[in-house]
Amino acid sequence: MSKYHVTTTINGEPVEYLCEAQQTMLDVLRDELGLTGSKEGCSSGDCGACSIIVDGNVMCSCLMLGVEAEGHSIQTIEGIAQGDKLHPVQQKFLEHAALQCGFCTPGLIVAAKALLDVNLNPTEEETRYWLAGNLCRCTGYDKVIRAVLDAAAVMRAEAGR
Amino acid sequence: MPRLSFAAPRTVDEAVSILAGAPGLAKVLSGGTDLLVQLRSGRLRPDLIVDTKRIPGLIGIREEADRYVIGAATPGVMISDHKGLERDYPGIVEGTDLIGSTQIQGRASLAGNLCNASPAADSVPAVVAARATVVVAGPGGSRREVPVEAIPTGPGRTSLGKGEFLIEFHIPKPKPHQCDAYLRFIPRTEMDIAVVGCGVNVTLDDSGTCVDARVVLGAVAPTIVIVEEAAQALIGHKLDADTLARLDAAAQRAAKPISDKRGTIEYRTKVSGVLARRAAAIAFERAAAR
Repeated sequence: MSKYHVTTTINGEPVEYLCEAQQTMLDVLRDELGLTGSKEGCSSGDCGACSIIVDGNVMCSCLMLGVEAEGHSIQTIEGIAQGDKLHPVQQKFLEHAALQCGFCTPGLIVAAKALLDVNLNPTEEETRYWLAGNLCRCTGYDKVIRAVLDAAAVMRAEAGR
Repeated sequence: MPRLSFAAPRTVDEAVSILAGAPGLAKVLSGGTDLLVQLRSGRLRPDLIVDTKRIPGLIGIREEADRYVIGAATPGVMISDHKGLERDYPGIVEGTDLIGSTQIQGRASLAGNLCNASPAADSVPAVVAARATVVVAGPGGSRREVPVEAIPTGPGRTSLGKGEFLIEFHIPKPKPHQCDAYLRFIPRTEMDIAVVGCGVNVTLDDSGTCVDARVVLGAVAPTIVIVEEAAQALIGHKLDADTLARLDAAAQRAAKPISDKRGTIEYRTKVSGVLARRAAAIAFERAAAR
């Protein structure tokens, strides 16, 4: 059986690849495209370490097939910074020391960025619920939440509101 | 082992013909939040996956004069964001929104939740309480419209035949003073599977007396349970202590749960009564306010 040819957009760039039907989007990102920022934690949609943004919605790349990406627009952790300029969520993760081992961090940053894309003024409760699908075994989450809320404040100031 | 094939048809009839003609096991893909887990774990070894999301209408919500039409593969995030559904069916929105995390909400659909046929599926009780129907496409251009409760027949099993799949849900517009609620009990605040779920849909008259009701339990039997006796306990009454007690007793009698790590038979039975009372209280309050 032949492989499937997929044309899609990843981090703003047109991308083409061949994949097998059973390969997940996470498999394709990591093994075919060398984008290893997205992590494989649970492979069952529980941990959020593989979070990506597809057409504006955050999802687990382990629960999406690589062939499904045809014609869609995908953002991964590799596309969150603008060149050398970190996204405010990334900057605040550093400042608040919102990570220890770092395995969950790409997924948390992608999911937090997706939140701030739709809501620049989330409450702490909204932020905690939004990120409930991103498991972290190191931080106890508190610094993560503070970093995201602080990033939101920075982005609001930048947006002039 | 033969390798897995994939198809993403652009029309309903093309999808039916691919599904009907497939040798071996063909699985329908909507959001994939159950299917991919089963694929990955090896619990399911399909020969073919048919993605329905490229078919026009399978994703999206249409408001018509007398009903909402929800595409079978519409993700939870679109249902939660829909103003009309939020106003008219807060219970359906609550149930759908309880499925998994933000990431899962970006993919998980009503059709997937229904056809995965878990008795604990959170979107199903409120949808059944609303007397919703689904349109099933099948071979030879057939389209049949059946009540939602006709689809699941037991854990992991459905009434769908070879070549059949769901294309849309029809949810009737509520009458004046009609509204719903869904409550789920889990041992923590988020990200778990229902110990018990309960959807209640009530219609009141101007005096606040119930004139129509449907009470549906999840996770306490091989499929969801429509508790007719509970509806009868509500109809003709306001929500006084006596009515609540009869509702509680009816829900407990209808629950036929199993014991597992999430709860014992005794516990689930008791919680069925509690959730029925609480969901009814919310549904009555909402219905009275409309």
